[in-house]
Amino acid sequence: MAVEVRLPTVLRSHAGGAAVVSVEGATIGEVLSTLVAEYPGMSGQVITDDGALHKFVNIYVDDDDVRYLEGLDTPVKDGTEVSILPAVAGG
Amino acid sequence: MLRLSRALYMEMVAHCLAGLPDEACGLLVGPYGGDEAAHLFVTPNAAASAMVYEIDPKEMLRVDRAAQALGADIMGVFHSHTHTDAYPSPTDVAQATDPGWHYVLVSLRDTHPVVRSYLIRDGQITEEPVEVPGLGVPGLEAPG
Repeated sequence: MAVEVRLPTVLRSHAGGAAVVSVEGATIGEVLSTLVAEYPGMSGQVITDDGALHKFVNIYVDDDDVRYLEGLDTPVKDGTEVSILPAVAGG
Repeated sequence: MLRLSRALYMEMVAHCLAGLPDEACGLLVGPYGGDEAAHLFVTPNAAASAMVYEIDPKEMLRVDRAAQALGADIMGVFHSHTHTDAYPSPTDVAQATDPGWHYVLVSLRDTHPVVRSYLIRDGQITEEPVEVPGLGVPGLEAPG
């Protein structure tokens, strides 16, 4: 199934400037893997080399942060809106 | 260069002052990579700290959706330093992930707030001018 993924501005240049891309997958982990496979420039910026969610991004399924759902195992279905946004913090 | 209207500048500085003794933060919305912030969204400091700030992920989503509705994007972030210069800390640099964003610092260390803006790209900090048309008393130089 395909879901719409809204990209943060920092990643759009790797997707030809698109703000939203359509990506296949049944879980968030699958969606993000497919995303990076299709747009290799995003490699290392969403998922770390050891397969974890990068700490400087937040992923949302509809209105919910996946860290409070099932993380990368969070299921998605047709029509789910996935958003990727930077985690903004500092000192 | 970052251009802010006088109203947005005042709102930003007022939000930072109201947040004392903690750091305060918020987001700039406008054309990504552009010079002019069209909107400003104040956000709570989820870290509630005088040393660090964090924008709650739910607030990020709220502001991103609001930006979308305005036909714009998040194009920068501001936060206050309560005890130090208006200059990015090592933590700020480490967590600055978007080379197209304006990173605005509001220092409240001295009597008068000091506002400066930076581009942070690959760990390199480049200051840019902040232009606020109409700020200050006519005939006197704008603070900063």
